[in-house]
Amino acid sequence: MSAPADATASRVPAGPMARFFRRLGEGRDNSLGLLAILIVLVVVLSFVSPYFLTATNLLNIGRGIAIVGIVAVGETIVIIAGGFDLSVGSVMAASGMIAGFLVTHGAPLPAAFAAALAVGALVGFINGAIISYARINPLIATLATLAIIRGLGYVISGGRELVISDEAFLTFGVGQVFGVPYIVILLVATFAVFAWLMPRTLFGRYAYAIGSSAKAAQRAGVPVSRWRIVYYVTCGLLSALAGLVFVARTGNAQPSAALGIELDVITAVILGGTSLTGGRGRLWGTFIGLLLLGVVNNGLILVGVPAFWQQVVKGTILLVAVLYDELRRNRVEEA
Amino acid sequence: MPQPLLELTGVSKTFGPVTALDRVDMQIGAAEAVGLIGDNGAGKSTLVKILSGLYPPTTGSMRFDGRAVHFGSPFEARAAGIEMIYQDLALCGDLDVAANVFLGRERKKSFGPIRLLDRTTMREDARRVMRELGTDIAPERIVGGLSGGQRQLVAVARALQFQPRLLLLDEPTAALSSEKIRVLMGLIEQLKARGVSILMISHRFTDILHVCDRIVVVRQGRIAGELAPHAQPPERTMAAMHAMMTGDALGVSA
Ligand SMILES: Nc1ncnc2c1ncn2[C@@H]1O[C@H](COP(=O)(O)OP(=O)(O)OP(=O)(O)O)[C@@H](O)[C@H]1O
Ligand SMILES: [Mg+2]
Repeated sequence: MSAPADATASRVPAGPMARFFRRLGEGRDNSLGLLAILIVLVVVLSFVSPYFLTATNLLNIGRGIAIVGIVAVGETIVIIAGGFDLSVGSVMAASGMIAGFLVTHGAPLPAAFAAALAVGALVGFINGAIISYARINPLIATLATLAIIRGLGYVISGGRELVISDEAFLTFGVGQVFGVPYIVILLVATFAVFAWLMPRTLFGRYAYAIGSSAKAAQRAGVPVSRWRIVYYVTCGLLSALAGLVFVARTGNAQPSAALGIELDVITAVILGGTSLTGGRGRLWGTFIGLLLLGVVNNGLILVGVPAFWQQVVKGTILLVAVLYDELRRNRVEEA
Repeated sequence: MPQPLLELTGVSKTFGPVTALDRVDMQIGAAEAVGLIGDNGAGKSTLVKILSGLYPPTTGSMRFDGRAVHFGSPFEARAAGIEMIYQDLALCGDLDVAANVFLGRERKKSFGPIRLLDRTTMREDARRVMRELGTDIAPERIVGGLSGGQRQLVAVARALQFQPRLLLLDEPTAALSSEKIRVLMGLIEQLKARGVSILMISHRFTDILHVCDRIVVVRQGRIAGELAPHAQPPERTMAAMHAMMTGDALGVSA
């Protein structure tokens, strides 16, 4: 492999390794640092608790992060494209409720799943359309849809939860192949598919372009509004998928499901090095951020930290990640 | 003049109560370089933005290459052969050079049912066009890390990659050193020699005098007049331009 690039204008080695090192040098990729932190944490925890490195515990971590992780894929894409989506938790609850309602009323499982995904896509479409065409700040727009969708969930259900007895639905949540839970496979597959698509398709290329400069993309002839809607719809679909996983795991559909999950989702995304201002970020960074978050959560429980403190720790991690993003951004811009 | 490449008839543009352009008629011939000058707020940028497909005109019609055209977006104008280099360059700082050169017109290859970006071809083509511009900025470099002059070259490369018939430039020299201005002016002359028509906005009269065959003066949204830059000594031309821009009766030759 070629040596790390000194980024001179004339001789820049090509190839993936060289590009990777150049990004590191330009302060554009902090995944290695994050990976190092993760490894240190894993080593420390394995000394602190002999239970930590057992297969059972690791699969617990995997199950624990599956729901947040699937949503984080969509959120990463939206944030790379210069947007933001706070409504993910509400969409999860709403689509879970729809699927639960249909299944308990005798609808076939595929139809229930399709309806749930359609709800996610619809909310994503509404988010994208009001952000693109009415030019409303994404934080405010999705804060509004967060409240509306969550509220509708309560109104329609009367606040009651639905108990799921459909075998196939429940198997989706707890089943496994060769000891690996379906939902962990789903998590890894979601990351893998989108991580593969991002650098190779217009879908990914335009997410980076629009997040970097929507104006420049517009002027180059990119249909910016349409693509923005595509990214919010993607995030809505993935949120709906996560909502189905949530119902399948817990065995009931409830209007209060996934309350506050956006904190975990956004923390994983920002921790993974995706820039809040858009244009920069990588899904595998989010994946490492997610693992880190999962390991920290698990570690706090193993060490016996009271549950209330976990919220404090998570908030602090988010703050540190955002501060780091800010510092890195300034460094890159000065260069 | 033989059939003009571009012909505007009665083009107006209003933004709410503001009339930015008022019934503008204008023609640009093939391989002709036209300079567009005027005071701040005269409507120059609005005019080129209409040509580049960014804004639709409020009224009036456009013919390009003998056909009536209505550009709904910059994509359509680019497809017709009109490229624009914006004053702020309109680059994406987080993308690399190749991605910026091909932004909006990516090369693709088929991979079963899905169409994937052809990154290798785009890198090679970007490298080639950068070489043609006399620079070897690597296509993998992130544009945000380039100097102002290098970014300008990326913007030029983007416009040239697609062999435009008409190149629009809005204040292309505003951010450049005098040495880079010379390079850019040389480039514009090369393009002209290759048959590309040019419409250039500039506040620097020397640039305009240097490369343009004809100067069009805009004042308060209207065409105030035209000048041939080399018909008289430069000082006289400059004085006449000033007079037309400010509406001073002395200069009104039309
Ligand atoms: N998008 C817009 N919305 C509202 N008004 C606009 C818009 N663009 C331009 N204008 C107005 O139209 C008029 C012409 O503006 P334009 O930018 O075309 O001038 P200009 O000749 O390019 O000026 P400058 O030399 O300062 O670049 C100005 O009064 C300006 O305020
Ligand atoms: Mg202007």
